[in-house]
Amino acid sequence: MTTYVIRRVLHALVVVFIVSIIVFLLIRALPGDPIEMLVAQNASQEWTPEMVEELRRSKGLLDPVPVQYVKWFSQMARGDFGVSITHNYNIGDQIKDRAVVTLLIGLTAFLIGLVVGPLLGIISAIRRGKWVDNLVTVSANIGITAPQFWVAILLIFLFSMRLQILPIYGYTLPWVNLGQSIRQSILPVFVTALGPIASSARQTRSSVLEVLGEDYIRTAWAKGMNERKVLLKHILKNSLMPVVTLQGQMLRMIVGGSVVVERVFVIPGLGKFLVDAMLGRDYTVVQGSAVVMTIVVVLSSLIVDLLYGWIDPRIQYD
Amino acid sequence: MDNAGAIRAKTRIIPIPEDEFEVLEDQLLPPVNEFKRFIRVFFARKIVIFGAALLGLMILTAILADVVAPYGPYAQDLKNVLAGPTGAHILGTDSLGRDLFSRIIHGTRVALLVGFFSVIVGASVGTVIGLIAGFSEGILQTLLMRATDAIMAIPSLVLSLLIVGALKNGIPAVVIAVAVSMFPGYIRMVNGQVLSVKQNDYIMAEKAMGASWGRIIFQHILPNCMSPIIVMMTMMMGTSIMAEAGMSFLGIGITPPIAAWGAMCYDGYKYLMTNPLLSIAPGFAIMLLVFSFNMVGDGLRDALDPRLRGTLSE
Amino acid sequence: MGRLLTVTGLTTEFRTERGTVRAVNDVSYTVDESEIVGLVGESGCGKSVSQLSVMQLVPNPPGKIMAGTVDFNGTNLLKYKRESREMCAIRGRDISMIFQEPMTSLNPALTVNRQMTEVLIEHLGTEPKTAREQSIDMLSQVGIPDPGKRVDDYPHQLSGGMRQRVMVAMAMLCNPKLIIADEATTALDATIQAQLLELLYDMVNKYKTALVMVTHNLGIVARYVHRINVMYAGRIVESGTVDEIWANPMHPYTEGLLKCVPKLGEKLVPIKGMPPSLVNRPDTCPFLARCRYRQKSCFEQSCSEMTCVEGTHYTTCSVLLGGQE
Repeated sequence: MTTYVIRRVLHALVVVFIVSIIVFLLIRALPGDPIEMLVAQNASQEWTPEMVEELRRSKGLLDPVPVQYVKWFSQMARGDFGVSITHNYNIGDQIKDRAVVTLLIGLTAFLIGLVVGPLLGIISAIRRGKWVDNLVTVSANIGITAPQFWVAILLIFLFSMRLQILPIYGYTLPWVNLGQSIRQSILPVFVTALGPIASSARQTRSSVLEVLGEDYIRTAWAKGMNERKVLLKHILKNSLMPVVTLQGQMLRMIVGGSVVVERVFVIPGLGKFLVDAMLGRDYTVVQGSAVVMTIVVVLSSLIVDLLYGWIDPRIQYD
Repeated sequence: MDNAGAIRAKTRIIPIPEDEFEVLEDQLLPPVNEFKRFIRVFFARKIVIFGAALLGLMILTAILADVVAPYGPYAQDLKNVLAGPTGAHILGTDSLGRDLFSRIIHGTRVALLVGFFSVIVGASVGTVIGLIAGFSEGILQTLLMRATDAIMAIPSLVLSLLIVGALKNGIPAVVIAVAVSMFPGYIRMVNGQVLSVKQNDYIMAEKAMGASWGRIIFQHILPNCMSPIIVMMTMMMGTSIMAEAGMSFLGIGITPPIAAWGAMCYDGYKYLMTNPLLSIAPGFAIMLLVFSFNMVGDGLRDALDPRLRGTLSE
Repeated sequence: MGRLLTVTGLTTEFRTERGTVRAVNDVSYTVDESEIVGLVGESGCGKSVSQLSVMQLVPNPPGKIMAGTVDFNGTNLLKYKRESREMCAIRGRDISMIFQEPMTSLNPALTVNRQMTEVLIEHLGTEPKTAREQSIDMLSQVGIPDPGKRVDDYPHQLSGGMRQRVMVAMAMLCNPKLIIADEATTALDATIQAQLLELLYDMVNKYKTALVMVTHNLGIVARYVHRINVMYAGRIVESGTVDEIWANPMHPYTEGLLKCVPKLGEKLVPIKGMPPSLVNRPDTCPFLARCRYRQKSCFEQSCSEMTCVEGTHYTTCSVLLGGQE
């Protein structure tokens, strides 16, 4: 057991390390010079070439690339993400605040997806060919094929503009104003959860149908178990196992989706932070938030994997 | 009938001698025509027929965009800015007076182009890397597979955004960005296939007889991977069209004035209150196209999955 | 000994892409109390499907029982719906089944304990604690070492032979009147196969349970069973006691099968040809194509009914009976 956990944790660390290299190199390749943008923004001040050079040196941009990477990585490992090149604020603090917002919305959506998706899938599978099944299958297809931003726009149009029962945009933390926070969260959480619900429902449906054809289900019937017992004791656990492995993917989907959802609903989370920095060519912010988003995904996948090892008795811990 | 009679009967009947006896051919059923079977299974579900028809229609629209669209994608009608649906402009016009319907039609081209090329690049490069990873042992394989894990861990939209940023906006950058985010799926599948094929007894036998790896790749591994790759490519068409739309919506990727559906959606979002069609119509087009690809992919999977072949008939 | 099971005119069909497959075609047979009956035939001849039909376990769709009655202790089981309470009460309690695939027939996600005790709890309302003790006792009866510990194992921790022993123990739990062993030992190594057969034989003798032994191995049958039913292409073509059939096979197929049983110092004579396809079969004798005794008349008439040769010995072959000369 312990060796299994250690191996999985080491694996996760290696992945984070490689991700940081990929992100770092991609950021170096970004066009546009942040220092020039900074200079242009502060045009009122007189800039001599020496002063620009000095600014570059102070931001560490004159070091060789490997040195820059090691510096950045070791600082990041200590929780220091540096200072925004263009706006001079502490990135770590920003990331912390914004990660809370993204995680609140993301985890709510994840939990909803975790419960609703498999439930719909099971109902759909045991009522195969009936109207419930058709309804679930068609809705799941729409959930997968409709772009998130489009669903968001539709919902805003319907609930916020026509019916005027929900706010159009913005976000309030639940401990600041719970009522406002819930009202503002409903649409973004729903839009974020839609993909996971649809995917889990589809996966559960097909895995239940697969388990139904297994020999041990025939054994259960042959033992005289009734429909309810066969379903609850024999089908459920076996068919949910592959769905559990899918949950790591769901988290990746949710974190990736935050980029779009937060932009539509103007929510100050990590996703919006990343896109704004991207458009403003703020290197350090982009690399910091991209790495943090990935770490969130890696960590949650790790948890899912360990849970899976705990659920499936066939996984050997050696 | 008494026993004595039966025994007598049996001894009286002389069996056909061993060497003269021939087994009669069972009236064998005509062999299954693989192509006909494929067509029948593929079109077995109404929704797949619908998806295939829709897809055909949209591809045709993209090819004939210049003929079908009433206006050019950039033609401005400055007297009718932000007009609602009228006879002249079926879906109205945008903030620059461009005909929305025409731009959506031209947008089909952009979407299909990005989808098609990113899937081709993603599948071919991903397959090659998967083959390399499968056949190389030791450090190279570990390195490739860890890198694949790493790419899989980065949310795909974030990865695509970083790549597009590094390559400057435009269709080629988007194609590469989307393709890279799709590598892991192909790499893992092909790698797994190689590893399992390498274990097979018949491959050991081939190897023992001196067959080259090249022969094994083309004779055994690629044919085994072909069906899942085709299904995956069809499904990935939808995914990559969605990814492109997402990036364009964020303003990173394909930028105005090119008629990309995602960018049109974002553009129209500002006028949602007064002109909802401006953002809702292009989004609907994205959904239709992705839906049609997914349905065709579903149909292909049903028709190509060997596990679903008719039972008792082999 | 009283009559336990009477199957009459059982017909089961599968709908497939290539047409309707009549896997079981007008099959009739009987099983007496504490009798061991063998059902022999090549793979794909409908042996297993006929037994699954008796239990109403044929997957539907694509399978469907088209006709026939299964009279068990005076009630026709086929009048109950597949998933009805009455049917569930009979399965596992009065009739148990042991399947061919020991690797996949036990639920991988549940311990042996859970899978065994649920039978007792379901049918007899046993307390979980007592059910556990009874399960452990049954495991030791089927020769599982250290059953008190093994009972908490998951199936993947047991070997194939062990799993099949667990299946036997599970089938015996409620002391059923009939056990159907569907190729129960085919997938095992020869030595383990022999051990399991002895075990099964001892258990049914001890508990006076009737047993239907489905197999393609005539050698196994001869050692243990009282009566044999030979099945070919969905039909029972010959039926009788072991002695009757061994001494005087009255169907060309049975004769061919007997020549395939390995004996020291004798050359094996294989039956030429392949079993016929069961899709849309004509009504003529199914063995016609491979039969060395075939006559012109065989091509023109439909397959005969089972006809008595002598005593309990029946066959469908009218040529060997001499009726057609």
